[in-house]
Amino acid sequence: MTEPSSPYSATSETGQTFKRRGRWERMKIALKKAPWSARLGMFVVFIYFFTAIFAPMIAPYGEAQVFPEPFAIWSAEHLLGTDQIGRDVFTRIIYGARNSMGIALVTTLLSFFIGGGLGLVAAIDRHWVDQGLSRMVDVLMAIPSLIFALMLLSIFGSSALNLILIIAVLDSTRVYRLTRAVAINVAVMDYVEVARLRGDGLGWIMRREILPNIMPPLVAEFGIRFCFVFLMIAALSFLGVGIQPPTADWGSMVRENASLIQFAKYDLKAAITPLLPAGAIAVLTVAVNFIVDWFLHQTSGLRDGR
Amino acid sequence: MGFIFSTILKRLALGVMTLLVVSVIIFSGMSMLPGDFSQAILGQAATEETVAAFRKEIGLDRPPVLRYFDWIGAVLHGDLGTSFSGRTQTGQTEAREVADLVGPRLWNTLFLAGVTAAISVPLAVFLGLMAALFRNSAFDRTVNATTLTTIATPDFFVAYILILFFGSLWQVFPSLATVDANMAFGERLYKISLPVVTLALVILAHMMRMTRAAIINLLASPYIEMAQLSGASQTEIIFKHALPNAWAPIATVVAFNLAYLVVGVVVVEVVFVYPGIGQLMVDAVTSRDIPVVQACCLIFAATYILLNLTADIIGIITNPRLLHPR
Repeated sequence: MTEPSSPYSATSETGQTFKRRGRWERMKIALKKAPWSARLGMFVVFIYFFTAIFAPMIAPYGEAQVFPEPFAIWSAEHLLGTDQIGRDVFTRIIYGARNSMGIALVTTLLSFFIGGGLGLVAAIDRHWVDQGLSRMVDVLMAIPSLIFALMLLSIFGSSALNLILIIAVLDSTRVYRLTRAVAINVAVMDYVEVARLRGDGLGWIMRREILPNIMPPLVAEFGIRFCFVFLMIAALSFLGVGIQPPTADWGSMVRENASLIQFAKYDLKAAITPLLPAGAIAVLTVAVNFIVDWFLHQTSGLRDGR
Repeated sequence: MGFIFSTILKRLALGVMTLLVVSVIIFSGMSMLPGDFSQAILGQAATEETVAAFRKEIGLDRPPVLRYFDWIGAVLHGDLGTSFSGRTQTGQTEAREVADLVGPRLWNTLFLAGVTAAISVPLAVFLGLMAALFRNSAFDRTVNATTLTTIATPDFFVAYILILFFGSLWQVFPSLATVDANMAFGERLYKISLPVVTLALVILAHMMRMTRAAIINLLASPYIEMAQLSGASQTEIIFKHALPNAWAPIATVVAFNLAYLVVGVVVVEVVFVYPGIGQLMVDAVTSRDIPVVQACCLIFAATYILLNLTADIIGIITNPRLLHPR
């Protein structure tokens, strides 16, 4: 007697070890279900980062290379014309992606390092360290951050390093508030208490016991804070106290070429040139917001639609 | 009533405390200046005596605590110190009083912010209410999409787009908001039309979204459902049940956004070359004129704290639970 080609056997089915979907696989499934807005957002962010990383290869000219003709019109040679001292605008927009996004990313990371760390410490401590830090943050938040940043820049001078440090510290107050608020719910749980009684150090409790459980809101907040930091750096550069020339930056590019808008009646293309970097900022911010919305929806009901 | 009164007093005391601490922070900025600063102000060729005299004048030779009390006392009397700019290497000074610089510009900024607030606050609250009442309708979706776009765009982008369309392509409004003291009210309004629209668009979006969220939050509470089930009409629910509890969140939203306006004016004033305090501050930051920066920072911070305080107090006053204590 021959065996049937595919016999059903309950033992063989249950005998198979249950394979948990890997992280990569779960991510792929989640991506497939993502709405169009989130996909669009991811696509845009990917393009931006690609441009930022490979800027020297994509850009036709050098970042600070000066050509003899200032305010040249759009042509095959200069795709988007040249700026007030004859630098290629297209090249500078590409390098601008690198500088603006790089600085914003470093700043946001630093601000999460400071704010997140202190927030966790405050949530675990809940005594005078918490009180002291929280009151300090209250006072720092009582001054509008753009104004505070302007004042600090006038004292320490505007260099890229100062810009990163100042904005990171000012922005970490927001991160502190959020981290403390979400971590305090986790810090009272039994297993944290157990870890503490076991004699685990502060660093271990912060990283291994609490942090994994508060990751989703923090990741979402990272996207939002990145947008804010990015907009703030753009605003400061636009005001002329942020990233200094000859470093290409979207905020200062808008300011340098703003006078071209007056000629919209004669040459519309030239008038749009100063708006392009500003538009690039806006598109990135919207894209990141799309991703954050989707992510929040995925991980929790924290911000369910309406 | 006594309970409300003491709560308000407590909030006021807290506000004054915050303001004092903030003034200490702003003041200590002067002490954090790098050592070569006097030379940067007076020029490389300044003699040692000039530098010493300058340091003495701004009081760097005395302990910081004493200087703080002198400074805060002078500020309370309206004396904001002397500007750093306009000094020469020989020590002769044509520097102007900070109060003279700030005074007229502060009035200009208040005018700009006032007009913006007068237009956008009622509009935003109305639109927010409408969007909340007709949520998920076509109106709600359109308003939502538009506001999300304006929130994500930098202020100066909105400003330049407006200039492109209304100042350059169709020259209906002036793209430079140059005003002076003896200008008629109507002409002044016409000159600042584009800055006002820019600011209004930006804070309208925030304000509307937050009002909408606050109202929707409220409409989801059990006592509203109870009112609906007991057969109250839609208008009755809104005006009698929902609105008394909504004043506090709406006041918070409005104050929060007017505080946002405080920051927004800086960028918008620079775009439209409007002679306000924001532009003064940016210029002072560029030339590192610390007394002017301190004065502007103090004014901005005080406004910000005051607005948040007002919101809190309105929230306390209009809270039905506090108004009718058991």
